[in-house]
Amino acid sequence: MTHMIETKQLTYAYPREEGEPLRYALNGVDLTIDAGSFVVVLGHNGSGKSTLAKHFNAVLLPMGGQVLVEGMDTADEALLLEIRRRVGMVFQNPDNQIVANVVEEDVAFGPENMGIPSQEIQERVDSALRTVGMESFALHAPHMLSGGQKQRIAIAGILAMEPRCIVLDEATAMLDPSGRREVLDTVSRLNKEKGITIILITHHMDEAAYADRVLILNDGVVALDGAPRAILSQVEKLRAFGLEPPHTVELLDLLQRDGWNVPLDAISVAECADAICSALGQG
Amino acid sequence: MEPIIRVENLVHTYGEGTPFCRSAVDGISLDIYPGEFLGVIGHTGSGKSTLIQHLNGLLKPTAGRVLFHGKDIWEDTKKIREVRFRVGLVFQYPEYQLFEETVRKDISFGPKNMGLDEAEIARRVERAAAFAGLAPELLDQSPFDLSGGQKRRVAIAGVIAMEPEVLILDEPSAGLDPAGRSSLLQNIRDYHRSTGGTVVLVSHSMDEIAENVDRIAVLSDAGVVMSGTPQEVFSRSEELEAVGLTVPQVTKVAMELRRRGVAVDASVYTVEDLYCSLTALRKGGAPC
Repeated sequence: MTHMIETKQLTYAYPREEGEPLRYALNGVDLTIDAGSFVVVLGHNGSGKSTLAKHFNAVLLPMGGQVLVEGMDTADEALLLEIRRRVGMVFQNPDNQIVANVVEEDVAFGPENMGIPSQEIQERVDSALRTVGMESFALHAPHMLSGGQKQRIAIAGILAMEPRCIVLDEATAMLDPSGRREVLDTVSRLNKEKGITIILITHHMDEAAYADRVLILNDGVVALDGAPRAILSQVEKLRAFGLEPPHTVELLDLLQRDGWNVPLDAISVAECADAICSALGQG
Repeated sequence: MEPIIRVENLVHTYGEGTPFCRSAVDGISLDIYPGEFLGVIGHTGSGKSTLIQHLNGLLKPTAGRVLFHGKDIWEDTKKIREVRFRVGLVFQYPEYQLFEETVRKDISFGPKNMGLDEAEIARRVERAAAFAGLAPELLDQSPFDLSGGQKRRVAIAGVIAMEPEVLILDEPSAGLDPAGRSSLLQNIRDYHRSTGGTVVLVSHSMDEIAENVDRIAVLSDAGVVMSGTPQEVFSRSEELEAVGLTVPQVTKVAMELRRRGVAVDASVYTVEDLYCSLTALRKGGAPC
């Protein structure tokens, strides 16, 4: 399998005032993300999640080390446009990424800049808006929409560029439960049906369940890396990294401490209920 | 008890007279009582933000009334400014509204506009900073050198410094990490407990609402569709799902357990409650 993204000893520090020592946001990250995978990145504020994400489409360039996007070095300026076409990024605040006065024009902004023929642009825009469930708002003004609706428009704008990889940098933070589920189902479907690589940066631990791989960043390095089940059940470690285990795991942990025979990795609601039932049955 | 704020048949239409004319709020009625900690939930686009912007007169109703202490806030438009001091509103992502050179100056902005004297302003700034969980040494720093979470606390302190009777927070924890979220909510709970003021919390997080508020109002396109204690509201999970919301994860586990014949209370909504309920059940030796 080819690598969608590869980082080699990636380091980055934000510019400081003269004389101040550098504080590294990323401290030697070695990482390969397979094409077609769905990766969730968790970590407390300041752990380096967003800094890492911004390296994936050359919004930031490495201070040390290297980032390769499908083998292309992000430090090579000649490859910049191609890299950004392949890796689309959805940010946290939708107000900062909407450029047009009409929804469908906003979604068309990316493909227009790529020089796509106008007939195809229309098709891409329609299909992208359908995918995010916003087709009935095609002619509305984006600033009149609610936060969650704006975010779906931003995602549609990325989809219209037909990227190989979508990086969502806390893009679900402002959405309500059904809005979040809709976005997650959408990216999940894009991942499964179109093989688009999804990298989801989030604070919502429950979103990790959608992934096939979870990374936890702490102090600018990858602190944990594995399947969601294996990561989310490490109660102590998660807390040490400033994160909280899902409530199902928290409950199972309390019960286990009381001597209940329950596993910690029964993460979903149904698994958790099953585990408690069978422990009660033995009791 | 007399409500401190009463919303009567509130209608708000954006873009009236344009092709994009749309009612964000269409006939909402809601009472908010003095000293309560009210949670407002509703799916995206259900009109939560539009509603709360009416509570301190930032938006004017297209129809209907907003009463503060029994008086229509728009009765005398000269007094609307005073309502804005007494009903404090913290917007979503309030950290984007910081602008002063120091944290102290930024928090002072509101009290200064109220025409208070220096000593009173200084007292209020320190008190508000403490409520918002800001260390005193941060007061003389530039707000722009702070972390995102600290900036948000500065913005919240700026509203608390006006010492409003009602404090309304629109998604105060959005975008914070779990540790930041729980510490900010702890600060808000402490503020509520020690001031006895009225707090309205708008949130998308059912868990956050479950753990903090006394009463929940559920908004939908149709208005306030449900109102009651967390226990009452979360026990109506099907109705919540019908309006695009969900119940806390723990409540879902309890419901699943009941479906499997385990006699736990299906309206529990915190980990501790379900843990206690299960522990009691096991001691009683109830069958599964």
